[in-house]
Amino acid sequence: MPSTVSFTLNGEPVSAEVSSRTLLVDMIREQLGRTGTHVGCDTSQCGACVIHVDGVSVKSCTMLALQADGADVVTIEGVARNGELHPMQAAFREHHGLQCGFCTPGMIMSALDLLQTNPDPSEGEVREWLEGNLCRCTGYQNIVKAVLSAAATMRG
Amino acid sequence: MSENGIGAAVRRKEDHRFITGGGRYTDDINRPNQVYAYVVRSPLAHARITGIDASEALSRDDVIAVLTGADMAAEVVGGLPCGWGVCNKDGSPMAEPAHPPLATDTVRYVGDQVAVVIATSRAAARDAAELVDVDYDELPAVTDLASAGADGAPQIWEEAPANVCFDWEIGDSAAVDEAFSKATQTASLDVVNNRLIPNAMEPRAAIGDYDRGKDEYTLFTTSQNPHVIRLLMGANVLGIPEHKLRVIAPDVGGGFGSKIFHYAEEAIVTWASKRLGRPVKWTADRSESFVSDAHGRDHISHAEIAMNDDGEFLGLRVRTTANLGAYLSTFAPSVPTYLYATLLAGNYKTPAVYCEVKAMFTNTVPVDAYRGAGRPEASYLLERLVDKAAKVAGLTPIEIRRRNFVPNDGFPYQTPVALEYDSGDYFAVLDKALEISDYDNFAARKKASANKGLLRGRGLSTYIEACGIAPSNVAGALGARAGLYESGTVRVNPTGSVTVLTGSHSHGQGHETTFAQLVHEALGVDIDAIEVVHGDTGKIPFGMGTYGSRSLAVGGMALVAALDKIKAKARKIAAHLLEASEDDVEFENGELRIAGTDRAVTFGDVALAAYVPHNYPLDVLEPGLEETAFYDPKNFTFPAGCHICEVEVDPDTGVVNVDRFCAADDFGRIINPMIVEGQVHGGVTQGIGQALFEECVYDNESGQLLSGSMMDYCLPKADNVPNFDVATNVTLCQHNALGVKGCGEAGAIGAPPAVINAVVDALSEYGVEDIAIPATPQRVWQAIQSASR
Repeated sequence: MPSTVSFTLNGEPVSAEVSSRTLLVDMIREQLGRTGTHVGCDTSQCGACVIHVDGVSVKSCTMLALQADGADVVTIEGVARNGELHPMQAAFREHHGLQCGFCTPGMIMSALDLLQTNPDPSEGEVREWLEGNLCRCTGYQNIVKAVLSAAATMRG
Repeated sequence: MSENGIGAAVRRKEDHRFITGGGRYTDDINRPNQVYAYVVRSPLAHARITGIDASEALSRDDVIAVLTGADMAAEVVGGLPCGWGVCNKDGSPMAEPAHPPLATDTVRYVGDQVAVVIATSRAAARDAAELVDVDYDELPAVTDLASAGADGAPQIWEEAPANVCFDWEIGDSAAVDEAFSKATQTASLDVVNNRLIPNAMEPRAAIGDYDRGKDEYTLFTTSQNPHVIRLLMGANVLGIPEHKLRVIAPDVGGGFGSKIFHYAEEAIVTWASKRLGRPVKWTADRSESFVSDAHGRDHISHAEIAMNDDGEFLGLRVRTTANLGAYLSTFAPSVPTYLYATLLAGNYKTPAVYCEVKAMFTNTVPVDAYRGAGRPEASYLLERLVDKAAKVAGLTPIEIRRRNFVPNDGFPYQTPVALEYDSGDYFAVLDKALEISDYDNFAARKKASANKGLLRGRGLSTYIEACGIAPSNVAGALGARAGLYESGTVRVNPTGSVTVLTGSHSHGQGHETTFAQLVHEALGVDIDAIEVVHGDTGKIPFGMGTYGSRSLAVGGMALVAALDKIKAKARKIAAHLLEASEDDVEFENGELRIAGTDRAVTFGDVALAAYVPHNYPLDVLEPGLEETAFYDPKNFTFPAGCHICEVEVDPDTGVVNVDRFCAADDFGRIINPMIVEGQVHGGVTQGIGQALFEECVYDNESGQLLSGSMMDYCLPKADNVPNFDVATNVTLCQHNALGVKGCGEAGAIGAPPAVINAVVDALSEYGVEDIAIPATPQRVWQAIQSASR
């Protein structure tokens, strides 16, 4: 039976009819038309679908849309504010932390969550944290560099 | 150097859309009235299809159609074509069995396409696929090379007795025999090159959209070369004239070779869209990618090298068996032949080389080009063998290489296996690698590791690759059924901005930036006023796409040729505007000036005059400022380098940690060093993946793919690799005006032998001389245990 799910997406109220098995990522991509969040696997390994739900990073391929009812959801489309890139986004560009761009939204959302709890991570901590986000292009070096640089910028 | 011209680390123009969620990949696209396809795949490795009952699936309200191989065979022209023919030793052609997009009577690997369910949603199509009842008569299957060639092995194709697709050779066998007869020392090696699954992060996807009014088809697809898909699918599979078929490869999330090939699903959705009168969309689950994207590598080889007393190479003999999978993928035959054995001379002046390659069919996913494509297999074999030869000859790995390198005054160098190297300095890249790796202080680091209970080992590789594929006539003589040029159009717009249309395709390489740098360098146009368009056969000239590290060396050169035409015409227009002789007009920094004077017009003035030709030499010059060029390279390019790896091995667990990795590469002239470094980082990481983590495993009894998910197939993660130290040493390519060679595959070619040589070195104190690749903890631990006994 379809049910209505409502939540806040990037600061705006949204709602859609979903079935009980609809994954949150499918609702966001297919029904709400925000395609910045990607699906790269079907076993919760790749992390291309990472978004924030109530301030915490989650793999949106591993959460039912119904579970997001009433939540505050932020996707990559909601990271830049008023046309200004977030320091994390700017750092990914500055340090060439992306090539094909497919893993990038998940990487950025995951890295932002890291800095919420650990604003001054070591390189090793960044690498360990990003274990759940696969990138096939960059060899991770410039992603790690970008995250460390963004952390420094955000600490001010 | 201009801050945005050749040699500048320009930040990428394309990044903004990717970091803000604005990328547009195939699965992000939806067409009005679209329906969804789900492919029913064979769960068996080899079986006869005795019946397909789709009635239960069709009884569902949300199912629109279930289409089978019989439906398709009745309407389409042919099967998926192979784009490269290879001949046997006796000159006879290879076995080339038909490859219907949907199987008609027999399935030949787990994942083979049997039927397609089309429904109103993806979930509905997937559910209904479960209800399609396919009856199979199971046949014996074979997945590994050793068994495929054994007496009594299951036969996969009637036209390929003993499962041999071709039995091919290159080089002078008699000369190699003679070299061995003169040799005073020899070394040999049996080596497996592990089968890999490319795993670009974006799964493949395709949308077919037929326009009944115009009788035109559009295919959106995850491709590295949309024109190649249009040609192969239009002409060979569906019988659609090219002008009625538009193929769009929008943003593509990585390819690494796996998105070169024409896949069944592209033809299925295009055909089904016309049949159903609705756009049809298919997106692979990752699990489907594992059993339907072409795999890579999968060789077994025996190699022997002959040396004199001084450790100089006299001859090399190699026998390789290569797994092609169940069907011939688009470029499969070229990979274990002309992209592999031609590289076996390596960086060395070995006077005689002979290689024979037997290519086999097995009940596995088709195997084709994956990052490096043949060249990693060559460099892995050769650089492992050279390390073994060094031990036999009592030389260090460095000394034996220096003694055998092609000397700097030896270029152009004709190898005994077809290629002619145009330039290089193998000594310089070796020295550079030694320098950045702090080679001389290894002993101190080894001691520090030992204090932690760890074994430190060091390995190096020197590699050469052939890129830029290729002069078309040479490739044609070697079996290519396509040209291998590239196209480029430079469209100067009336207000002076520039649109570039290129046949190259970027799926992460950054062409929108690098190609804009070439335009900026040539015309002085602001880099933000340059747009690079690629990936749409409806917009760009006929192009061959991106693979084999060819975009800059071939696509970039096409662009340079078009820019030269633009500059020539601009000077004519400027000469008219300035009332000067064309010969006196200089073009520099966006200005066209009468030499030695202050009289000049800007490039913008010229562009406007070309499109508003009120004051214009219309009697001798056409209006407009747009030029197209096709560039066919004169030779391959030959990037080369030296990679040095240090590992720490935990003898208690067998875990190998890459502690240091240095790459010194010669890519010719570098347009954007930031992008080049990124390519090296990524390539090296895939090479480390091959060496330590990644292994495609089939169960040879059942033919099931055991490493069929990201939980079972280990891709390198952020904490599996170190920071890499990379450097370049430039020798210019001698046959293209840019002097560029290509950088996309080098890491995947140089890294695996460097890593495994390091692991073998670390284990040498146990007497271990060889380790199978990938050197997983289990293998390393077992090697230590066996050696300790």
